[in-house]
Amino acid sequence: MADIAITPAKAKSQIREATSWDQLKHNRNWLGFWFMVPAMAFLILFLAYPLGLGIWLSFTDTKIGRVGQFIGYENYEWLWDDAIFWLSVFNTLLYTFVASAIKFGIGLYLALLLNENMPFKAMLRAAVLIPFIVPTVLSALAFWWIFDSQFSIISWSLKHLGIINQNINFLGDPTWARICVIFANIWRGVPFVAITLLAGLQTVSPSLYEAATLDGASRWQMFRHITYPLLTPIIAVVMTFSVLFTFTDFQLIWAMTRGGPVNATHLMATLSYQRAIIAGQLGEGAAIASAMIPFLLAAIMVSWFGLQRRKWQQGENND
Amino acid sequence: MTDLPTTHVNLKGVLTSSAPTADHSEGMSYLQSVPRRLVTLYLPLSIIVFVLLFPFYWMALTAVKPDAQLLDMETYSPFWTWNPTFKHFYKLLFESHYPMWLWNTMYVAVCATFLSIVASVLAAYAIVRLRYKGANLVGGLIFLAYLVPPSILFIPLATVVFQYGLFDSPLALILTYPTILIPFSTWLLMGYFKTIPFELEECALIDGASRWQILIKIVLPLAVPGLISAFIFCFTLCWNEFIYALTFLQSTVNKTVPVAIVNEFVDGDVYRWGSLMAGALAGSLPLVILYAFFVEHYVSAMTGAVKE
Repeated sequence: MADIAITPAKAKSQIREATSWDQLKHNRNWLGFWFMVPAMAFLILFLAYPLGLGIWLSFTDTKIGRVGQFIGYENYEWLWDDAIFWLSVFNTLLYTFVASAIKFGIGLYLALLLNENMPFKAMLRAAVLIPFIVPTVLSALAFWWIFDSQFSIISWSLKHLGIINQNINFLGDPTWARICVIFANIWRGVPFVAITLLAGLQTVSPSLYEAATLDGASRWQMFRHITYPLLTPIIAVVMTFSVLFTFTDFQLIWAMTRGGPVNATHLMATLSYQRAIIAGQLGEGAAIASAMIPFLLAAIMVSWFGLQRRKWQQGENND
Repeated sequence: MTDLPTTHVNLKGVLTSSAPTADHSEGMSYLQSVPRRLVTLYLPLSIIVFVLLFPFYWMALTAVKPDAQLLDMETYSPFWTWNPTFKHFYKLLFESHYPMWLWNTMYVAVCATFLSIVASVLAAYAIVRLRYKGANLVGGLIFLAYLVPPSILFIPLATVVFQYGLFDSPLALILTYPTILIPFSTWLLMGYFKTIPFELEECALIDGASRWQILIKIVLPLAVPGLISAFIFCFTLCWNEFIYALTFLQSTVNKTVPVAIVNEFVDGDVYRWGSLMAGALAGSLPLVILYAFFVEHYVSAMTGAVKE
């Protein structure tokens, strides 16, 4: 004890000043910075920079193999008068709205069904998710075959049931083609919605339903006043993702129809691929791609504010 | 975003349990009679499951059917075949570049997944545990990055890839896929890291461990389920990715399975269907097998990323 008391000065001298190297090694902010470097490098180089570059390209007349000149709004003016562009906007909106609404409906219904007690439920739930696992393009090929104009199994079955006389030209007729791609999109999206909502459903305590039953609530009332309100936050998140990915869908369309027949299934993403990569008009393609951004922002905003309003349901009192 | 709903869900229970285990209640399903359940539950469920699984049955059946039976739907019942053939698979494996494409896909997926997991582990740990200045903002930005779809990035990325001289090389995909994977897996891992008690790290700090040692020796072993989830999901996303691979690769031997099947197998031949479906089946099989082994991790990845 005494020794320590006598030699404070000596002990002090052993603590050296923190050098700037120590700062870099131990300071929380610098450490954080070092840890973030790899992720940030990827995201800045291959995400943020291309995002900015894409918007810049949309104001130039860049072509494949030729550096472009700044031409102002010319690409957008060009698109404004382009009927095919507006058709693709219409198709994209139609595709997104119809597919998302049905995905939500069937997904919620399937989640409610899967939430029931039944034999083999683990296996059923695992099987339901398979369409989501298999690469989209490969299942789109299966649909392409199912919707074949001559050898479609659906046409065959309907003919043998006596409902139709002739093969349906599924992917050759504009209306049918739209129905087919929307169907394929729903088919692929439903498992995601259903399994995610199922995860939400399982947080709802069955005692709430028991209480409601004692109060004489019907099944619909229980769904409307217990299940749905408690599920809203998850629904909002799931549907944001669903709308976002449906809106920017590319591969399903490309594998099934490539935008045809007569551009009836061209989405903005497929049109921008066709104009930019196949036709080589990078500037114009970039303009179409950039035109998607406002729609995406709107979709994010809607679900964002939808979420905010529901916050009180999470037990937080900041509304 | 930190103010998204953070309902804590028993993720593993999604597949196995039916009702929440919170109060050990049996639910009220016993009140329903069997005929009623038949109509309200089993019938709609079997219809939906049938529709969801039929394309795979059809894919598999087409892949093993002889060509003659594929196109003649009157003499043979189209729903079954009594003499399956492996001709289409044979053609796929020995008369096309299919093994090469499979290898490319695997190579790109493994490398991109590995890179992204390393980057995301570091980023997620820094955001959750180092809590440097602005960590929340960076977390939010990474979430926003998740919402940027590849279909608005592929055009500028194509010019970037060309500038860096990466065009038509697997490296182009290995370096661009992490932009899709990092935001997702960072958010997933952040959730896992948050569940690891602070006290463990504090003990290690007192014992003189550096941050790096803490990450390697304490946090990572505890976050193994999260790492597996992130790995599987990233791998699936890579395998599934289409538009970058379609844009950045040109020569036949460099292509990945999805792009190659769409571009190389689709010709005017009426007999293409067998090998096309065989290719689609063989391309999906690795993922389905992986999925069969890690269903729970898969589900927790899917629901976890949405909920954080």
